[in-house]
Amino acid sequence: MARIGVFVCHCGFNIAGVVDVKRVVEEIKKLPDVAFAADYKYMCSEPGQNLIRQAIKEHKLDGVVVAACSPSMHEVTFRKAAASAGVNPYRTEIANIREQVSWPHQNYPEEATLKAIEVIRTIIEKVRYDESLIPLGIPVIKKALVIGGGIAGLTVALDIANAGYPVILVEKGEELGGKVRRLSGLYINFNAPDGFLEEKIKAVMEHPNVTVLTRSEVKEVGGYVGNFIVKVETPSGEKSFDVGAIVVATGFDLYPLQALGEYGGGRYPDVITALEFERMLKDGLKRPSDGKEVKSVAFVQCAGSRDPQRHRPYCSKICCMYIAKQASLFKQKVPDGQALVFYIDIRSQGKKYEEFVQRAIMDYGVLYIRGKVARVYEEGGRVFVRGVDTLSGRPVEAEVDLAVLANAVVASPGTEELAKRLRVATDAFGFFQEAHPKLRPVESLTAGVFIAGAAQFPKDIPETIAQASGAAAKVLGLFAQRELIQEPTVAYVVEELCSGCGLCIEACPYEARALHPWKGIATVNVALCQGCGACAVVCPNKASRVRNFTPLQYLAMVEEIAR
Amino acid sequence: MEFEPRIVGFLCNWCAYSGADLAGTSRIQYPPNIRVIRLMCTGALDPIYVLRAFLEGADGILIAGCHPGDCHYLNGNYKARRRVAILKEILKELGLEEDRVWLRWISASEGQRFADTVKEMVEYLKAKGPSPMKNPIL
Repeated sequence: MARIGVFVCHCGFNIAGVVDVKRVVEEIKKLPDVAFAADYKYMCSEPGQNLIRQAIKEHKLDGVVVAACSPSMHEVTFRKAAASAGVNPYRTEIANIREQVSWPHQNYPEEATLKAIEVIRTIIEKVRYDESLIPLGIPVIKKALVIGGGIAGLTVALDIANAGYPVILVEKGEELGGKVRRLSGLYINFNAPDGFLEEKIKAVMEHPNVTVLTRSEVKEVGGYVGNFIVKVETPSGEKSFDVGAIVVATGFDLYPLQALGEYGGGRYPDVITALEFERMLKDGLKRPSDGKEVKSVAFVQCAGSRDPQRHRPYCSKICCMYIAKQASLFKQKVPDGQALVFYIDIRSQGKKYEEFVQRAIMDYGVLYIRGKVARVYEEGGRVFVRGVDTLSGRPVEAEVDLAVLANAVVASPGTEELAKRLRVATDAFGFFQEAHPKLRPVESLTAGVFIAGAAQFPKDIPETIAQASGAAAKVLGLFAQRELIQEPTVAYVVEELCSGCGLCIEACPYEARALHPWKGIATVNVALCQGCGACAVVCPNKASRVRNFTPLQYLAMVEEIAR
Repeated sequence: MEFEPRIVGFLCNWCAYSGADLAGTSRIQYPPNIRVIRLMCTGALDPIYVLRAFLEGADGILIAGCHPGDCHYLNGNYKARRRVAILKEILKELGLEEDRVWLRWISASEGQRFADTVKEMVEYLKAKGPSPMKNPIL
């Protein structure tokens, strides 16, 4: 026999103004297993919580139902209060009689009162069969894997290593430094990135906590948050690592030149990408076709970006700024040269960014033409850029030595395969999907896997570094825990009922289910299980169940309210 | 006395249940005919619960979960959709009224949609009359 206490909250007039709480208490008192029932003005207040604690002790209650607001409001409060008096928090449940009874049925006090009684009766049925549970503790391996050795990966690795934890940094290429290594200078002061990049690489290479693996790739990922097992293919064979957290920092790539046929991409040697122009700014401004000095350049912004019909619908975000930088750098090197920039809009949100673009126009004499380029072609060794100046409404045609395209930023190759191995999602354009676009931008939907830098979406260096440090902080937050606390309302298997058919294994979206190697029955990895209940439904024997969400409980609840 | 249908609502904790909460918080009024059972996911709804609810006297069943693509557990709502489709087939085969089972996508921000759905369902069931599955001869 259970001894359940029911506590009905008035919530001032919010509930009691519609629901006859006294009558509710009288009706509930008549039910079997209800050892105590009372109402109070504000159950969540300190005196209200004390009423619960006292009743638990006086009436030796072993289960509690609080009829009040939605469980999303005060479930935690009441579970804590009940636990402090000795009732297991998982045998404390909320009957939602405010959001789902008194508030939406304000003009039906009689019906609302009857409904409140039924809602409480259902929750009593649930509590009757609720198990006492304790939260699960899962150990954490305090070692991180960082995938990608660009500026994002370097920052993450260094932040984690400096906090005292070992890091494995895996880079596919020959050397560290990523795309930043290829840049001639950075906005907003034109300084070459070499100095700070070399410093960062050196710090990483020399750090006692960092193991750098270049020319290496992650081949296999198993396990779960706090306990991943990663297989990495290195030049000296396959290596296996146990890590607690993974950060993906695989960066970006440029939309292929060949895909931009309207701009002569891939067809004319003197139509190049902005990244190729970076090298030219470093090594000398010679035309690829004939090696002649470059005296005039047309920059084509949004080459493949903001073009939902033919290319990518999104704004690649970094192009406006680096084109202003490249055009300014070009004018620094070739003061009598001409730099034209074709643009749709200039997007220069960032500290001192707008001023930087203005300097390109005012100080360096870069000519900005508002209009999308329709066509780029070559004739007689010259490049022609044709478009419309949308400010004057007139067609424009520029004859230049070189056309530089600001190709759209796209996900780096191999992102899809890596995402599959990590069991994380990618978005419609192949970038890694963050857990929430606003509130959880550095986490993936898979616990323990984080995202940094342009692997998530185009980002410039300050943003990348900020996000990388954010991801590192998330990893450190994980490592600061002695063990991970997880809700115990996860799946379990009644061994005597399990036939080992394996349906639950297929139904599980988290790979938390497996067959026991010799018992021939299904098992649950409680660290991976999220308690969704997909396995419980498919189980033909009802051997797979979720704790405190069992068929017995649901059927008891259904019987209580459908009748 | 006018017939008042009895509806059992199986609501996903992450979306429709919060949507129902929002309807209340926004003081949107809807008929009190629905009784709610909270599920962690519509993908955890065993059709047996629906059948039992009918046998116990429910006139209609509302199953409400996350919009396609928005499942908190990746794909539970798709599992629910397939399962409900099959359940309706079975009900039809048995000569029972499959249109008493409604599957709707209601997000946590769609309080109005929840209230409208309940209103619509109550009207529909009132016109239809009591469920023949009530008081079966067992």
